Amino acid sequence: MALLAGVGLAVLVLPLVALVVRAPWGELGALLARESVLEALVLSLGTAIVATGACLVLGVPLAVLLARAASWPAPGRRLLRAAVTVPLVLPPVVGGIALLLLLGRRGVLGGALADLFGITVPFTTGAVVLAQVFVALPFLVFAVEGALRSADRRTELAAATLGASRWQVFRHVTLPLVAPGVAAGAVLCFTRALGEFGATITFAGSLPGVTRTLPIASYLAMQTDPDEAIALALLLLAVSVGVLLLLRDRWLPGVRG
Amino acid sequence: MTAATPAPRPGRSDARPALHAEVTVTRGSHRVEAAFDALPGHPLAVIGPNGAGKSTLLAAIAGLVPIDAGRVRIGSRDVDRLPPERRRIGVLFQDYVLFPHLTVRDNVAFAARMRGSRHAARSAAEPWLARYGLAELAERLPGELSGGQSQRVALARALAAEPEVLLLDEPMSALDVELRHEMRAELAAHVREFGGATVVVTHSRADAATLADHVLVLESGRVTQRGTLDELAAAPATPYVRRMLARPDDAD
Amino acid sequence: MLRSRVAAVVLAAAGLAGLTACAGGSGGSGTSAEPSGSADPTVVAVESGTITVFAAASLAEAFEELADRFEERHPEVDVVLNLGGSAALAQQIVAGAPADVFAAAAEPPMARVVDAALADGAAVFATNTLELVVPAGNPAGITGLADLARDELRIALCDESVPCGAAAASLLDAEGVDAAPDTLESDVKAVLTKVALGEVDAGLVYVTDVRAAGDAVEGVEVPAAASVVNRYPIADLVDAPHPAAAAAFRDFVTGREGRDVLERFGFGAP
Repeated sequence: MALLAGVGLAVLVLPLVALVVRAPWGELGALLARESVLEALVLSLGTAIVATGACLVLGVPLAVLLARAASWPAPGRRLLRAAVTVPLVLPPVVGGIALLLLLGRRGVLGGALADLFGITVPFTTGAVVLAQVFVALPFLVFAVEGALRSADRRTELAAATLGASRWQVFRHVTLPLVAPGVAAGAVLCFTRALGEFGATITFAGSLPGVTRTLPIASYLAMQTDPDEAIALALLLLAVSVGVLLLLRDRWLPGVRG
Repeated sequence: MTAATPAPRPGRSDARPALHAEVTVTRGSHRVEAAFDALPGHPLAVIGPNGAGKSTLLAAIAGLVPIDAGRVRIGSRDVDRLPPERRRIGVLFQDYVLFPHLTVRDNVAFAARMRGSRHAARSAAEPWLARYGLAELAERLPGELSGGQSQRVALARALAAEPEVLLLDEPMSALDVELRHEMRAELAAHVREFGGATVVVTHSRADAATLADHVLVLESGRVTQRGTLDELAAAPATPYVRRMLARPDDAD
Repeated sequence: MLRSRVAAVVLAAAGLAGLTACAGGSGGSGTSAEPSGSADPTVVAVESGTITVFAAASLAEAFEELADRFEERHPEVDVVLNLGGSAALAQQIVAGAPADVFAAAAEPPMARVVDAALADGAAVFATNTLELVVPAGNPAGITGLADLARDELRIALCDESVPCGAAAASLLDAEGVDAAPDTLESDVKAVLTKVALGEVDAGLVYVTDVRAAGDAVEGVEVPAAASVVNRYPIADLVDAPHPAAAAAFRDFVTGREGRDVLERFGFGAP
């Protein structure tokens, strides 16, 4: 038991230790100052922030719907839950292909978009964000839904007897109660968006400064310049861990009281 | 009654409206049917065994569960079609259901906050905090309160909303047995002070005796007897009433 | 929720199992055929087992046929192909991937493997040139390399870190075309797929890819492309788990029959 736990821990930690140990620390500064690296970093941070914002705006209402659906008849409830769950278990590449078939120029929707508005989505920074939202949204929805379910529904009733309208109940009671869930969901969402690779490269392509995010840049660099790839990977690790630490300190104690 | 000083206003029972309820509610396979009046200054206890539908009846009056048929009227106002937030019915929930993310002050200020700014709401809460002995606890969160303190906060929160009717759902059941006696007397004083139409749901004769003038017995969703406790004792209508009256105080 | 998750996991696992079964099936295909022409000098005694051939993505179709034919001659050997970008494959070999043979689409990736002392030199066995590829019907009316500079068109090229991208860069450079790509893909087949889906108006891929892609795409010949020739080297690897079979496969690819097959798929002679 303890042995297996130890092995499990090693599986999680040792690869990251190797990454840190083998990093070209001497040249790290120069590597990270490369334009290709900075470009990918800025693009990755920017798209992941926008994607997280979009996930919050779309995901919180979806989580509310999902939590309310608990009282729906089974087929509708299950269908809704499956629709949110599938992207979570789907290989991201499949998500990328599906997005391409929907929004590509010859896609189900993309054709009409191109004809009517002259909008083409693939190969744009917007496509990167869309791919990130597709893979990250379920993380936010489930985190918020879990918080909604564990929140005592009677507090909402109590608020109503004190004169709170539906919106006021949501704003002053429901939302603050699920804030830790929303914060945790947003962190998960952001890190997932930051690490998105498969759906992005399939749907958005890979062009420096436009669609080549950190993970894609790292993957390409691994083929020709492993040092740069390691530097990029280290950067991704640092940003992810940094976000986790920052939001823990700023959010979780505050809302836990 | 001036807007600038929304202080507690005890002893206006004569000006307060009565509650008239005649409702049919279905919850799952249970059906509750009851009709009664609760007059201001004369609290009514609804007493009955577990599962009789007492809490469902209370929730229906407050608008928290829909009624199948009937009416709920406060004075000359029909409220059964209004959402709970517009009925002006205060509820003291069984285990108080305080807002866990808000301080004692903000719990008490909640109703005023729904109508105005945070600042105004907090000042409006001050006299209530003082009256209920909560000034010292104002900055605490509900998780840091004892059962008795929680009950005081819940009552102050409900009454600060200035309801016309007060409903209490098993107000003592969340308290330790040793505390009940003391808290029951305190609660009774506050209820008298409130002076409006009051209904207290309980399965304890002691609650009914201390908190209410009249008793309505609810068994399996039906009213089986009504009157004062003395009247019930003189001629118990059902075996339940006889057992309930024979039980010692606080025996659950 | 738990149940739907479990269902999804089971589905995914079933999919994996299906894939594995398919891989097993194709690896074993052709082994039932009688060994023919036992007098052929390429038939030598080799150890039985499975050899792993790392091959450039552009070699996919040609090597699938070569693998089948090799297995016909050596029923005791299964050939498993690992297709990908040459640079990525080279990187995997240097990192210790258990490969028997490496066939690259250009010399630099092979040089990395030789430099790492994982192969004793390599033999060039085929050449390839670039061609413009457009979706069937050529909706954007592409006529030549200069169209790649048109901003309003969607263009896919290989990234310069992989051979097709390096070749494309030197061709565009030589022709003075300032291309405006919308995506730089990590291997040539990814470019081809985006053209076949109609998501891009044009791409630069190998002549052989256009031929292998069938009806979904069309080629637009680029006369200047003849000056940029990609040379494909092959080597059996020093650490090959099956050295004799690996050497036999290398010899088979560089031999007469291998040449014939490669030629049919559009590859030039070395």
